[in-house]
Amino acid sequence: MVIATPERPAVKPAAPSRFSEASGPMLDARIPGGPLTEKWDLRKFENKLVAPANRRRFKIIVVGTGLAGASAAASLGEQGYDVQAFCIHDSPRRAHSIAAQGGINAAKNYKNDGDSIYRLFYDTIKGGDYRAREGNVYRLAQVSVDILDQCVAQGVPFAREYGGLIDNRSFGGAQVERTFYARGQTGQQLLLGAYQAMMRQVQAGSVTIVPRREMLDLVVVDGHARGIIARNLVTGEIERHTANAVLLCTGGYGTVFYLSTNAVNSNVTGAWRAHKRGAYMANPCYTQIHPTCIPVSGDHQSKLTLMSESLRNNGRIWVPKNKGDRRPPNSIPEAERDYYLERKYPSFGNLVPRDVASRNAKEVCDDGRGAGDSGLSVYLDFRDDITRLGRDVIEARYGNLFEMYNRITGEDPYAQPMRIYPAVHYTMGGLWVDYHLQSSVPGLFVLGEANFSDHGSNRLGASALMQGLADGYFIAPYTVPDYIASTRFSAAPVNHPAFDEAETRVDDQLKHLLGVKGKTTPREFHRRLGHLMWDYVGMARTEAGLQKVLSEIPALREEFWRDVSVPGTNDYMNKSLEYAGRVADYLEFAEVMALDALERAESCGGHFREESQTPEGEALRDDENFAHVAAWEFTGVGTEPVLHREKLDFENVHPSQRSYK
Amino acid sequence: MVAQSRPSLKGSHSAANSMKIRLKVWRQKGPDAEGTLVDYTLNDVSPDMSFLEMLDVLNESLIRSGKDPVHFDSDCREGICGSCGMMINGKAHGPLAGTTTCQLHMRTFQSGDEIVVEPWRAQAFPVVRDLVIDRSAFDRIIVAGGFISVNTGAAPDANAVLVPKQNADMAMDAAACIACGACVAQCKNASAALFVGAKVSHLALLPQGNPERSRRAIRMVQQMDAEGFGSCSNEGECEAVCPKGISISNIARMNREFTKASFGGTH
Ligand SMILES: Cc1cc2nc3c(=O)[nH]c(=O)nc-3n(C[C@H](O)[C@H](O)[C@H](O)COP(=O)(O)OP(=O)(O)OC[C@H]3O[C@@H](n4cnc5c(N)ncnc54)[C@H](O)[C@@H]3O)c2cc1C
Ligand code: FES
Repeated sequence: MVIATPERPAVKPAAPSRFSEASGPMLDARIPGGPLTEKWDLRKFENKLVAPANRRRFKIIVVGTGLAGASAAASLGEQGYDVQAFCIHDSPRRAHSIAAQGGINAAKNYKNDGDSIYRLFYDTIKGGDYRAREGNVYRLAQVSVDILDQCVAQGVPFAREYGGLIDNRSFGGAQVERTFYARGQTGQQLLLGAYQAMMRQVQAGSVTIVPRREMLDLVVVDGHARGIIARNLVTGEIERHTANAVLLCTGGYGTVFYLSTNAVNSNVTGAWRAHKRGAYMANPCYTQIHPTCIPVSGDHQSKLTLMSESLRNNGRIWVPKNKGDRRPPNSIPEAERDYYLERKYPSFGNLVPRDVASRNAKEVCDDGRGAGDSGLSVYLDFRDDITRLGRDVIEARYGNLFEMYNRITGEDPYAQPMRIYPAVHYTMGGLWVDYHLQSSVPGLFVLGEANFSDHGSNRLGASALMQGLADGYFIAPYTVPDYIASTRFSAAPVNHPAFDEAETRVDDQLKHLLGVKGKTTPREFHRRLGHLMWDYVGMARTEAGLQKVLSEIPALREEFWRDVSVPGTNDYMNKSLEYAGRVADYLEFAEVMALDALERAESCGGHFREESQTPEGEALRDDENFAHVAAWEFTGVGTEPVLHREKLDFENVHPSQRSYK
Repeated sequence: MVAQSRPSLKGSHSAANSMKIRLKVWRQKGPDAEGTLVDYTLNDVSPDMSFLEMLDVLNESLIRSGKDPVHFDSDCREGICGSCGMMINGKAHGPLAGTTTCQLHMRTFQSGDEIVVEPWRAQAFPVVRDLVIDRSAFDRIIVAGGFISVNTGAAPDANAVLVPKQNADMAMDAAACIACGACVAQCKNASAALFVGAKVSHLALLPQGNPERSRRAIRMVQQMDAEGFGSCSNEGECEAVCPKGISISNIARMNREFTKASFGGTH
């Protein structure tokens, strides 16, 4: 692997940066040769196997029990490995995946409307704005059909038609109906399916659940991932766990923005600490901002609530034409409303993709035409469709959502328009993995949202659930055994010096956090970091803004270590201490995220650089200089990371400019 | 420039509608420590805050003065993960029906109100710290049989088995349980019948779950008893506080499944 020039990149918009001029071999993703449609079959055949009688001797640690972790633990347990599944919560069933609402894609073509594995592959590559690997995405589309079969067999109560067949719908602007759902609780039901499959293996004796634990370090022995350091969140005890392979399934890093639709315990700690032990962080600047969330009501706010995207099918988005118009929405006459999406994108209207809808909302609010007291929301108005279709129809479709909105805001969306605003929702970046889902540290596999692999620079609706389950049910169970079968393991007992070192590191940091005894709460630092990230690494990014935030993050980090207040001790449940550690990691991670955004001087998918746009204000890619994955190698806190690149080749789909006019 | 696009630092509530809330909160350092109710007063509560955000505000002020914050579990904060839950003035999840603690907003209360906040109390749910409890008994009940046995990769086509819409809908109604434990907390017998009934029903209503339904019912019920949950005496308190509206008809179905299985033997 090549070590690129380690200086700070001098970024000139739309011009190759110094990093991109680095010579030498690119990162090898181990994508099999052969035609697209045969790659995965070929690789499955090439993979080495472990005989059934031997599997029990190999220990696999799974960290995080969301869709990716629970499905991997269940499947590897079924094969006979000795699996330990760690989760932060009191029960593995509470993982963040539980909150997903809309649905899961599968290329079943049950509606006979022209869907196919190839079409799902094509849509995903295009939707990701040509920044994902063809080989991975095709495999994802292939296994999507098996995932659905698996979930149904587990008893996931998908919506059904009267004939008893599974119902499905179109989602997120897709032109085919390939999204399967269980009311508005698809994530919950899929997770419970995976959780139950995993609990069956607990009964069978092959999986052990280790609840209320947080992984705080990765242990690397002779270059291989051989275990973790975890903190028992009830007793404070620091534990050493050894294994033959570690599967990191710790989810995304959306909470770096403080406010997001993610669960409040979601964090980057597992991924970041693995990064510090040698796992590369890929495309961290790729984040998805969801256009339809309930706006912030005040500084006390701890998280943002997503309102399903399906609302855009019947709601019309508008803001007042005149700046600073603070009249109640119903007293603003028709002629003084600006239905800006319908105006700018006559053919897609209110159904433009997430990134386009989000950016436009920001634009009108920045222009001073936002709704509500804060001026930071836009109206989503159902008046016309309530008149046209009747209140009953709207109620049947969205009753529960309207009720949720009412509960949170105290406003009645049948009588006045909803107010919505974009919020951070999903992170496409993550730890770099090859085709086997193995990171740059052998033996460390990364699954689900925690890896960077399949969505390019923008994820399609209903594809995250699909990817998490693909990784856990159908990919890792083939690639992890291959690693185990082809590795000669050296001894790595828990008294190995690598464990001593890792435990000391963890212990020192906890003591340090408790020792500062400052005046500012971890939450306050998190909020301030979130504001910085939202302002400068949010929906639209500029060179100047990124340079500015890159100078402010280290200052905030320094202040954190000088002034954070963490009461209590380390020998019993101490949630402030847990939280402070996560904020400390975000204060480091934020820097590489901003650096990645600065380095990528093009716009693509969810990454919008104001300097790189078409005359119509749409995202403008620069394929010549940026058709690659950027994978960063850690060199120290506050020191320049090293950039590795993986070239993206498009042999089947020709990159084109998106247009929604 | 982008800097204006984020929410302003001020809350949207004006001083005029800010509320004064007096809290009595259960504080207990650890599983074996003595617990007690401690008084706190908050003078600037916004009606737009959720109940947990109100506790966040309290905790911020405690941390700033170097004191231990009130411990409670939460994660999704949108009523789906089942992490949160506390007795609020004696009612599991507070006064609003069909609402988890994290979805309860302060506008439900009046300025000047006194609110007593305690953890779930049940023998099978020991207190870990303050309002945090140990609900691992629920997991052990699922381990005993709350699943359908199918290995990864061994599934037939998703549409190979038809499921009548009505059954699928009823299964979904039962599967909506979030395992928060409010049912146990509110029941005077601390029975877990609603939780177990919901899972038994969800799986018994689907053809996929059929071959194991007897074994499942027996094992789950036995495990429930072994965990020290009380027995159900049909008070219906569980249904009334369930944030997901799980119906007690699921308990009746569980009882039928159990009785049938006990007479028919397990297969
Ligand atoms: C509100 C919402 C709605 C969504 N709706 C959809 C949808 O309709 N369709 C779709 O496809 N996608 C949807 N998504 C995205 C999707 O839910 C997630 O991307 C996906 O569930 C991630 O699964 P995962 O298994 O990778 O990670 P997660 O489910 O996030 O699981 C990771 C778990 O690991 C835990 N963890 C983290 N660090 C550690 C550590 N150090 N030690 C131990 N445990 C740790 C975390 O707490 C977390 O519970 C939605 C997301 C949100 C927020
Ligand atoms: S925090 Fe998830 S249900 Fe309340």
